[in-house]
Amino acid sequence: MSTKKNVLYGTATVAALALALTACGGSGGTSASGGTWDKDAVVNIGSLYEPQNLDNTAGGGQGVTEALNGNVYEGLFRLTDDGEVEKLLAQDYETSADGLTYTFTLRDGVKFHSGKELTSEDVKYSLEKVLADDSQSARKSNLEVVKDIATPDKRTVKITLSKKSISFVYNLSYVWIINSQAKDLKTTEDGTGPYALNKWTRGSALSLNRFAGYWGDAAANKQVVFHYYKDASALNNALLTNAVDVVTSEQSPDALEQFKSNGTYKVNDGDSTTKLLLAFNDKAKPFTDVKVRQAVSAAIDDKKLLESVWGGYGKQIGSMVPPTDPWYEDLTDVNAHDVTKAKKLLSEAGYAKGFSFTLDTPNYDPHPTAATFIKSQLAKVGITVKINTITPDEWYTKVYKNHDFSATLQEHVNDRDLVWYGNPDFYWGYDNPQVTQWVEQAEEASSTADQTELLKKVNRQTAEDAASDWLYLYPQIVVANNKLSGYPLNGLNSQFFAYDIKKKG
Amino acid sequence: MARYLVRRLAFLAVSLALASVVLFVLLRMLPGDPANALTSVGAGPEQIAAARRAIGSDRPLPEQFTHWIGQLASGDLGTSFVSSLPVGPEVAARLDVTVPLTLAAFVLAVLVAVPAGFTAAYKRHTWYGALLSGVSQLGIAIPVFWLGMILIAVFALNAGWLPSGGFPQDGWAEPAEAIRSLVLPVVTIALVMSASLIRYVRSATLDVLGSDYLRTARALGSSFGGAMRRHGLRNASVPVISVLGIELASTLLGAVVVESVYALPGLGSMLATGIAQHDYPVIQGVLFVSTLAVLVIGFVADLAQRIIDPRLRGRLSGGSR
Repeated sequence: MSTKKNVLYGTATVAALALALTACGGSGGTSASGGTWDKDAVVNIGSLYEPQNLDNTAGGGQGVTEALNGNVYEGLFRLTDDGEVEKLLAQDYETSADGLTYTFTLRDGVKFHSGKELTSEDVKYSLEKVLADDSQSARKSNLEVVKDIATPDKRTVKITLSKKSISFVYNLSYVWIINSQAKDLKTTEDGTGPYALNKWTRGSALSLNRFAGYWGDAAANKQVVFHYYKDASALNNALLTNAVDVVTSEQSPDALEQFKSNGTYKVNDGDSTTKLLLAFNDKAKPFTDVKVRQAVSAAIDDKKLLESVWGGYGKQIGSMVPPTDPWYEDLTDVNAHDVTKAKKLLSEAGYAKGFSFTLDTPNYDPHPTAATFIKSQLAKVGITVKINTITPDEWYTKVYKNHDFSATLQEHVNDRDLVWYGNPDFYWGYDNPQVTQWVEQAEEASSTADQTELLKKVNRQTAEDAASDWLYLYPQIVVANNKLSGYPLNGLNSQFFAYDIKKKG
Repeated sequence: MARYLVRRLAFLAVSLALASVVLFVLLRMLPGDPANALTSVGAGPEQIAAARRAIGSDRPLPEQFTHWIGQLASGDLGTSFVSSLPVGPEVAARLDVTVPLTLAAFVLAVLVAVPAGFTAAYKRHTWYGALLSGVSQLGIAIPVFWLGMILIAVFALNAGWLPSGGFPQDGWAEPAEAIRSLVLPVVTIALVMSASLIRYVRSATLDVLGSDYLRTARALGSSFGGAMRRHGLRNASVPVISVLGIELASTLLGAVVVESVYALPGLGSMLATGIAQHDYPVIQGVLFVSTLAVLVIGFVADLAQRIIDPRLRGRLSGGSR
């Protein structure tokens, strides 16, 4: 790790010289707080999520999104850290009156890291790569509405959909625009982002260098290095010994105290999109009965659970929707903690003496803790919980594929995933034709306002039906050295934009 | 000797072949489907089927096995299911960390354990002899990860002398940095390894000290040092060498824990990741290379014992060991 230290000392010296030289010219960087920062700093980022490979359509995993999305590869649109969709490589776009044809004009003067200019062919190629048969892109199913991609000229892309899809532009923010002539994308890259890949050492680190030919504002630092750790305490030690400057996502609340009590570090409490769910099998007794689901939801004190797992971090959540989704509403009052009400609902449902069920629990944190907590909470209303600990793999087969369960615990990480409640075949089996219709209508809505309104209805309906019990929203805790500013706080869908990070010399 | 060597090499080849079959079959008996690691939540049955086709896990087992063995024969360790990158180059890159780590720890452990074990036996009635025995007893009981965490707390977090983990991205291109990052892991393994070695060296030395031939040599006028050099050390080293072989092999296999504590990109951490993802080619690749290494270590240890102790030659050529 001290390799980086040496590089640091080196760049710090260079930076000091540069500052001295430019002092008269006054061109030294200035941060929002007024302090100076080193424009040629090396920022060391610690993470638990190493990419499997560098191709996000070939199973690169969440690590490849974290390191390369927005930093190395750019889309036509960008999903900002606040959940907004903004134009990136698309300079402008028009939608036809029937909402089926999108015409995009590409930004001028955009170059790939290889030097080739961005053309509409590259956009077509990139989208086809996501839609290809062997694509493992998580967004493939959302983008399957694409019927035709035409490239009338170098800077125009015309995409026709088979049916209206209001989320189309949002979904495009997940599509990396790749040079159509690029090779070996699993180990190399050719994107248009502010950084180009320097080196990837498997099992260890991935470094990115500022790309001199970038079309937009240059990155605020010269190099970022993602250092990968398997173990959270090794990662924390790296932060404590200055081997890394920032940890993208702190997973161990116990470790936070040492950073909170140390003036060198800042512990940031952002909003994640990861929800911890007690998912009922809504097609299996007794959870077919809405009163039973409501009773269980009301019997569990989510606040106490959150407190015991995450201390003061994280948020209570009354539905599947995190605050960064456009159709967020605070629904924590629906089925709020109320033991008396829970008992009443149970006796109305014919379970005055309670019942017993098996809770399939993934074997990694925080599920076992949550399961034990739920067991003791439900015991107070006469419900007996049998905890069945299973591996993620078993979960996938038993629960997700075969729907062979009564209730389970699971974390759902993505934003905008409320729409799964519109699919009666999804593993939790929630089947409300009205909700399904709203979800479909929302996707075919003509304006985001209509879409938002419909999904708010879905949100409230699923909450009232206690389709699942949404236990809490995970915190997104970024811990950073005070020398750093400009890092993303919310890290939506694991992206981590590094180009605004400023480091004091 | 030549006949013995041929016999041993044949034995090695057969062991390796048997091990590869066992390895292959056992992996397939594990619950779980490697296609799960390749598909995201929301994947339909046809996507899962496509994933299985892509990695060939939909083909009959014998066919998969012959495919793997065929690749091995041409020196190819296959392609990772998960990353679709070749396994061989990655194993080679990881050996750059694991081999120096294991060998350095082994050498250090031997350098500590042999004199310490001898002293613990020869000076067993003094306070420091007893102390050595006690400390080694204690050392065996210490879990590796715990010792690692203590060393990190003391030498990295408090003193700031050494890095708490990781390995330079450029590897051995910067030897000083690479060595710095291996110091604590090497010491961790060496301490644990020497604790058990000290006990073996001690008991082997005690055997020799109480032996008739040593008494005879002394009676014939040899000094104690002379008798030990001529007869004692040689005899004591025979059992110790076989223990050394086992220790070295188990360190190689046990590197997983140390590599994880110190965030080292070694073979052990590669194996751990592979297992978590059901990435059969990765698991097979790492275990095959480790098995080969363990068999070779055993072979070298046997050979060394044979060279030191002529009495073993007759027995060994019988192929009974």
